[in-house]
Amino acid sequence: MSKARAIVLAGNGINCEKETAYACRLAGADDVDIVYLWDLAAGEASLDGYQLVCCPGGFLDGDDLGSARASAIRLRHTQINGQSLLEQFSTHAKQGGLVLGICNGFQLMIKLGLLPALDNQLGVPQATLTWNNSGRFEDRWVALKADPESPCIFTKGVEYMELPVRHGEGQIVAPEETMIQIRQRHQGPLMYIDPNTGAATEEYPLNPNGTRFGIAALTDTTGRLFGLMPHPEAFLHRTNHPRWTRETLPEEGAGLQIFTNAINYIKENM
Amino acid sequence: MPHRIEIKLKSGYNDANGARTASEIQSYLGYRVDGVKVVDVYTIDAELDAQSLSSLAAELCDPVIQEWAVDSPMASEFDWLVEVAFRPGVTDNVGRTATESARMVLTDAFGKENAIYTSRQYLIKGELDRNSVEDIATGLLCNTLIQRHRIAFKDEFNWDGGMSVEVPKVTETATPEAKAISLEISDEELVQLSREMTLALSLEEMKVIQAYYRRDDVQALRNEKGLPKAPTDVEIEVFAQTWSEHCKHKIFSANIDYRDGENSEQISSLYKSYIQKTTKEVRTLLGDEDYCLSVFKDNAGVWKFTDDWNVVFKVETHNSPSALDPYGGALTGIVGVNRDPHGTGKGSSLFCNTNVFCLADPFYKGELPPRLLHPRRVMEGVREGVEHGGNKSGIPTVNGSLVFDERFLGKPLVFCGTGGIMPAEINGEPSHEKLAYPGDRVIMVGGRIGKDGIHGATFSSEELHEGSPATAVQIGDPITQKRMTDFLLRARDEGLMTCLTDNGAGGLSSSIGEMAEGPGGARIDLAHAPLKYQGLQPWEIFISEAQERMTAAVSPEKLDRFKFLAEEMGVEATDLGEYTAGPWLELFYDGQPVAVFDMDFLHNGLPKMNLNAIWEAPEDAPVTLPAREDLTDDLNAMLGRLDICSKEYWVRQYDHEVQGGSVVKPLCGAEHDGPSDAAVVRPILELMKGVAVSHGICPRYSDIDAYHMSACAVDEAMRNLVCVGANPDKVAALDNFCWCDPVKSSGTPDGEYKLAQLVRSAKALKDVCVAYRMPLVSGKDSMKNDYSIGDTKISIPPTLLVTAVGELDDVSLAVTMDAKKAGDLVYLVGDTFNDMGKSQYLDMIGVDGGCVPKLRNPENTIQTYRWLHRAIKGKLVASCHDLSDGGLAVAAAETAFSGNLGMRLDLRNVKGDVPRDEIALFSETPGRLLVTVAPSSKEAFEVVMGDVATCIGQINEETRLRITGLEGDTIIDSDISRLKGSWQKTLRFSEGPNE
Repeated sequence: MSKARAIVLAGNGINCEKETAYACRLAGADDVDIVYLWDLAAGEASLDGYQLVCCPGGFLDGDDLGSARASAIRLRHTQINGQSLLEQFSTHAKQGGLVLGICNGFQLMIKLGLLPALDNQLGVPQATLTWNNSGRFEDRWVALKADPESPCIFTKGVEYMELPVRHGEGQIVAPEETMIQIRQRHQGPLMYIDPNTGAATEEYPLNPNGTRFGIAALTDTTGRLFGLMPHPEAFLHRTNHPRWTRETLPEEGAGLQIFTNAINYIKENM
Repeated sequence: MPHRIEIKLKSGYNDANGARTASEIQSYLGYRVDGVKVVDVYTIDAELDAQSLSSLAAELCDPVIQEWAVDSPMASEFDWLVEVAFRPGVTDNVGRTATESARMVLTDAFGKENAIYTSRQYLIKGELDRNSVEDIATGLLCNTLIQRHRIAFKDEFNWDGGMSVEVPKVTETATPEAKAISLEISDEELVQLSREMTLALSLEEMKVIQAYYRRDDVQALRNEKGLPKAPTDVEIEVFAQTWSEHCKHKIFSANIDYRDGENSEQISSLYKSYIQKTTKEVRTLLGDEDYCLSVFKDNAGVWKFTDDWNVVFKVETHNSPSALDPYGGALTGIVGVNRDPHGTGKGSSLFCNTNVFCLADPFYKGELPPRLLHPRRVMEGVREGVEHGGNKSGIPTVNGSLVFDERFLGKPLVFCGTGGIMPAEINGEPSHEKLAYPGDRVIMVGGRIGKDGIHGATFSSEELHEGSPATAVQIGDPITQKRMTDFLLRARDEGLMTCLTDNGAGGLSSSIGEMAEGPGGARIDLAHAPLKYQGLQPWEIFISEAQERMTAAVSPEKLDRFKFLAEEMGVEATDLGEYTAGPWLELFYDGQPVAVFDMDFLHNGLPKMNLNAIWEAPEDAPVTLPAREDLTDDLNAMLGRLDICSKEYWVRQYDHEVQGGSVVKPLCGAEHDGPSDAAVVRPILELMKGVAVSHGICPRYSDIDAYHMSACAVDEAMRNLVCVGANPDKVAALDNFCWCDPVKSSGTPDGEYKLAQLVRSAKALKDVCVAYRMPLVSGKDSMKNDYSIGDTKISIPPTLLVTAVGELDDVSLAVTMDAKKAGDLVYLVGDTFNDMGKSQYLDMIGVDGGCVPKLRNPENTIQTYRWLHRAIKGKLVASCHDLSDGGLAVAAAETAFSGNLGMRLDLRNVKGDVPRDEIALFSETPGRLLVTVAPSSKEAFEVVMGDVATCIGQINEETRLRITGLEGDTIIDSDISRLKGSWQKTLRFSEGPNE
């Protein structure tokens, strides 16, 4: 078994680095480093040596040009030793590394073209994340189910999960044929559902943003790159759940499984 | 030549922002429109070739759903076009980020002198005339104070071939210089000078400054330092800032002659007598258990959380700026108060925000006095300001409320609070202490200085008048601040700073002025300060309140590392000078002296005010309750009242769980929509120990007696904390007074009464806090919340906000307010009295009079809370909810529908003095809570609580709330879904305010 090392990005508007790093540690990562994007851009740190890269939630560059767009520009145009930071991410992915993007981190991945990467086209934006149909930011808990046929390693074994969403730009939008391919190839590993029926939904507020087919997350063809709008790092303990004072829940929050799946995969396969 | 890049959605994609705007035009302004689409415009102030422009446009645009054009209009298929741009000099965050992006994409081709400005086009379809479009533009799309707009009808637009290029660049050519201003003028001229320069100094204060400059020793010093005999504009402005009501709290420090009937009392400083003394007495009572570490001396209060961690808390108001620009005012309110705990001690990281707004009715239909915005617009603006300020900074907004009164039309109250946490020790030193040393460099960190925010401190020390300066308004920039706080925490942990403070009101003049008190003085060259644009005068640089700036003291040997780290992290850090042993604060501009201050005179030279306060006790006004037809309808109507109804619409738009420590959220219960009494968060994820945050506020009671208003506010804050399971014996409180001008003058003939209200409020604050052993750790006052233009004067009701911060040793013992299980017993804790004065119920049925709610025996009340806390720790309590606005009936309905369960109550078991059903149902006597208890815990609960808790009913599966009246008949019988519907419909989510 190899040592599991995770890098959690921080700075320039990233807000959730602490709880994301805490989740990695709870999940059994041996080393977890919080590293500022600034240190990556200055060449003082790199993704080398880490198997899991976490892009946490936040408001990169204030989301001023649309979510994560300005930071996507930074990553594409910052060169370190003849390689752009985007290429550093792509290299990490091609060499078998894992990337987890949560909320704003997912927005960054999709704008960089790291997801959905249909036909392994890394770095080519095929879909985007844009405004919720309501036009508003919202914080609310949603019910999710996983697609058991998805290659995604982060959602393995997940059946049902409740997590909070906290976003204004969480609607996955792409040309119709792309959305259909994402679904057919099981690259949308998590779906917003109606907890009463268990069926994926496009109905507000069960689906807070209006994404087609209820898709809440994307993965690439390998299942190692994963981005999701809900926040698994916000449900690590039962007291995070909105009904914990009225229901019997396991001590450990359901969101932790996303991280344990990743760390276990690293320990077993890398 | 400048260029325009325009970006719009490709056809076939839903324009959510356009759709939201269309629905707001309809619901807010009542115009029918067939649709709105949005085009984003980037005005590029740079010489660029076509190739560069295209590659930049392609980067700014989302290739999946958007398309772009350079110097060619994208707008099509509309009837009217409104383009909204910022006025020159107004913070344009998107423009700033686009400028940074252009430098990444185009590198050297996009130089430092180049910039990008943003504007937005609204393409409106619909049959409207120009006046209606003008109304839509100024009533919704644009605040003319900070933005400008252009309107084009489709034919004009096509004729002109689109909109012309306008660059909102500040072009100021004035040469910076300090001007001498003679004070050897008549008294009338002194008064006129104060008003013209927005100094907000009284004649007496102007004469103190005049006398200072006549002193021989002062003139000798000026001669030696190379300054003119007369004060410079820099000096006068700094006196005005430092001596402003906003910074100096002159009213709270005044000598007051207080008369109450026959009795008279001399009070020297309300602050010392009732605020500082409260804490002193409580700390003495706490003895070895005292947890206060730093109170009333730093930017925020600090106390002990665990052996390893300290909590820091501060609550501020941002009323005056929010009146003019609600969005910018509230945004800078929240990012501004963030800097207080951040800059306390050696620096803390921020773990929660709170916000309380006092507003006028958003459905207000009357005439609006000049310069006032419609309350609906104020409401939506402040909401969005806090949304952007809190969410983008990654700080959860965990607690708050909305309070409505028609008098808040004159000035809305915007309270913003922030909690921080810091290790008890940093590099081996106590984290709550800091000191700059002579020789340390004075480093300004963060944003640049512009004319924005000039005269904020003096402006808020006056009533809102015709000439209130628009420059006092500004827009916050959360990302610049986030970069700065990331950097400063890293610098703190590396031990790179000796001292740190925030640039808030008064800007550099107050941060450097305060920090220089430690070493003794400072020498500053204002020409080194980084500016947003050229043309600022030295005095403007020194007092500008431009946001997102902190001042640090850095020892010379650590300066290189400090600056290196700042630059790497995208933060500007500029060396402005050095701290000295004093005793002077000396200012230069490009080496030339522009001001010298005697630190002692600047801070202590202001004479105390002498004021009179005369209390006129309210006459007893017994109230006769009319016979009511249907109390079920009354309860449903009560639930829909603005002060009581669901605020889910607001709460959902705030991130209330970022940082991962959320335990009790603002919304709770079976369907996540019940109104929590207080928030519980775990600031340190590795610990199960939590912080609880609540507040109390009840301005309406001031109309009868501000003493009881205050007492009830303090109790409400404590009671809310107890509800969620916080330990009542370890609570720290913050006081925020917002008053109407209490100084008698021709414009305020009733000043003596208003001051007496203030005295009584302060007395109650002390009485209850001491009884509750609750120290005050920080506070603020805002004393000029009046509107006065022409014949219209509106004064806010005197308001005290009490924020209480407590803790739970184990958050898994926290309790929420929703009923949990059928069969659980319902207990009323505390006695009910005929306290109907200024109650929600009397206000609803339009009846005056009645006794104001009174906290009759605070010592007994706190004992009750201790017992209840013991019951909660013993896991005997299933739910607990505070009784406040609307009394028992409202609390019972909320408990039932939040738990999705029915409830039966019998009012015959309610203890106290309840001659009528309406009094039992709707009286607002403080000190009461509604508790549900599992039948298996009944005995143990009753043993712990003794006779202060009375069983008045039971939870059931029926999904109805049924209440038996004093006569034994059913007086309320309503399905809980109807009750919940009544409670939710007033301010319903996603549709905005509804009629």
